[in-house]
Amino acid sequence: MAQIYEILITAFLVISGVFGFVGSYGLIKLDNPMSRLHAPTKATTLGVGGVLIASILYTLMSEGRLSMHELLITLFLLLTAPITANFIAKMHIHRHETPESLPKVGEDQSWATLAPEKHKPEAE
Amino acid sequence: MKILQRLVPHPILTVLLTVVWLLLVNHFSLNSLVFGLFLGVVIPFITQPYWPDRPNLRNPWMILQYIVIVLYDIVVANIVVARLILFKRNKNLSPAWVCIPLELRTPEAITVLAATITLTPGTVSADLSDQGHSLLVHCLDAPDPGAVRDEIKDRYERRLMEIFE
Repeated sequence: MAQIYEILITAFLVISGVFGFVGSYGLIKLDNPMSRLHAPTKATTLGVGGVLIASILYTLMSEGRLSMHELLITLFLLLTAPITANFIAKMHIHRHETPESLPKVGEDQSWATLAPEKHKPEAE
Repeated sequence: MKILQRLVPHPILTVLLTVVWLLLVNHFSLNSLVFGLFLGVVIPFITQPYWPDRPNLRNPWMILQYIVIVLYDIVVANIVVARLILFKRNKNLSPAWVCIPLELRTPEAITVLAATITLTPGTVSADLSDQGHSLLVHCLDAPDPGAVRDEIKDRYERRLMEIFE
């Protein structure tokens, strides 16, 4: 029984290691900033997910109880990862994109990041 | 019944907070369950003024289905993107911006959609239009941007419509 656990834990650790590696490799290999942004999103989802599943299995095996902190780590990662990605994307748009280089907005005036600054309301 | 409704205006939020508290404690006991429920009632109550128009989540079954679909997609898309990174030359990749016209109007629903798009590798949501009617998405490899738009609209947005609106 312990052997099965060990094989499973190893498998998950290897999977997460592989995805972590591919994520970091993509960061070097891809050639423009927006494409590079795609690589780290891999490392945070499957890469970290694999380690956390391995960690749950390990506490189950060694201490015989179900540790649920890992689920919370996953939850918080899934909540925060898109926000950092969005910040980096917005910065890229500010510095390198113009309204012409982005696709048409559809029914609105402009993309929010590139929208002309509105007149700020006077302080009261 | 009325009192219960005023005390627990958002049952799902209450349940969520209780579950998160139990996960934080990492050990089930009646004490922590009661304290979790206490937090689950008090926190929504005192944050009410800061978050006035909380959306009503209609369809708990649909939420569960949505989470499962997203988790499955994360795994599949990870493998797809890993293969793109490892085996495809940069010059053969065709990164593209895609504009997704939104039918969702609830801010919370749009947030969930944008987060989902970023989490499923291969697509990153970058920006929203100034009135919030379309979403700007960057794709790592999209020879056919129209197909990406249709898939996102059909797979995620349609389900979020049922949950939020």
